[in-house]
Amino acid sequence: MASIIAGVGSSHVPAIGAALDNGRTEEPYWKRVFSGFEKSKQWMAKTKPDVAIVVYNDHASAFSVEMIPTFALGCAAEFPPADEGWGPRPVPVLKGHPALAAHIAQSVILDEFDLTIVNKMEVDHGLTVPMNLLFGTPKEWPCRVIPLAVNVVMYPPPTGHRCYMLGKAIRKAIESYPEDLRVVIFGTGGLSHQISGPRAGLINSKWDKSFLDNLTKDPKKLTRIPHIDYMREAGAEGIEMVMWLIMRGALDDKVDEVYRFYTVPASNTAVGHIILENRRKAAAKSKRGAAGRSKQAAARKAAHRIASKGRR
Amino acid sequence: MARAQHDYDDIPGTFVFDAERSRQGYGINMFCMSLMKEENRKAFKANEAEYLKRFKLTPAQTEAILKRDYNRMLEHGGNIYFTAKLGATDGHSFQHLAALMTGSSQQDYAAMMLAGGRSVEGNRSRSGKPKPAKAKAKPKSKSKSSAKRK
Repeated sequence: MASIIAGVGSSHVPAIGAALDNGRTEEPYWKRVFSGFEKSKQWMAKTKPDVAIVVYNDHASAFSVEMIPTFALGCAAEFPPADEGWGPRPVPVLKGHPALAAHIAQSVILDEFDLTIVNKMEVDHGLTVPMNLLFGTPKEWPCRVIPLAVNVVMYPPPTGHRCYMLGKAIRKAIESYPEDLRVVIFGTGGLSHQISGPRAGLINSKWDKSFLDNLTKDPKKLTRIPHIDYMREAGAEGIEMVMWLIMRGALDDKVDEVYRFYTVPASNTAVGHIILENRRKAAAKSKRGAAGRSKQAAARKAAHRIASKGRR
Repeated sequence: MARAQHDYDDIPGTFVFDAERSRQGYGINMFCMSLMKEENRKAFKANEAEYLKRFKLTPAQTEAILKRDYNRMLEHGGNIYFTAKLGATDGHSFQHLAALMTGSSQQDYAAMMLAGGRSVEGNRSRSGKPKPAKAKAKPKSKSKSSAKRK
């Protein structure tokens, strides 16, 4: 059975990618940012997930204004880096996991989340920058990647509550997948920033800290934040923080915060990063306890439901 | 038809790219998208006004593009991730555009960011009320009510 072992939250500032690609990581300004991810790379190297589900948003690269899907799941075998105007980023092509992606699509759509299926898609800095921050700059990415693109460019994005519930549906889907796969889910974007209009440059560290605190301790509280509060308090583009709630919804109610990093600024944005581990990670391994058994039973039931007739 | 009023219109210095602006600004954003191709960048640079005729733009939108009035582009339906492509075509960094939109020099803007960014204090609300969204009537914005539904 596949399972989600941890969640990663990370900003995806494009300038971080540019600093990497142009060899500027040792400059003091950028070193401050990159040094905050050293421990995370070690954690990731130890965690060795088989699959990373990366929740991110496209920035006028794969989707223009011709099509604006609210949730778009990448079901392709591979995802090339997009040309964002300076040529594609020099990162390896991301290998997908079409079988698991199709399974997730089937499961969450029957759970009433009407995803768009994308079988051909290029991915921009929104996805590749967090990959670099957590995996470094390898010749090949060490795991498969399933991109989940969320519209946060055109208002209204999905509500925080909707995102959180989608996370729960994704978790259910993963736990009904028969193959033993270790999955890490990424929520990316944010934290506070505004890059448009006369109020550009807005940063709200107090808000960001409270968001990170509640992400660990009381995510349900975050699901009640209306869009106006994100935009007013964390900047017009800070609203992309709702994507972190998909990641959080896919985790246990109680999680262990194993790492956190925060710095201001990277370009125009507050950089936030967090690693949350499911507590039952160890428990599931030793297969002890009724919780583990009932979880497996639920997974079997879910798999059966999807295979047999669909909607409950 | 006048633009509908929304709770987020109260946020100062901000043009929220909503469904209405997305509709109005389709031409601006598709023009910006076209600049992803080198041949189009060349054609635009060779004769800007002529190139803009390929897109459905209002006179105000055309003028905003020609004058590089980025705030006006946003007001008339441009989105920042798209208009940034116009800035890149002109060879400008993003911070150059940000400084332009905020009416400060790039140096001052960069210094503000290094010092922790623009404070939210005093920048929350046009009307001066700290939480006008909650004080206003509910049925105004669909998205707001759905965000509050739990």
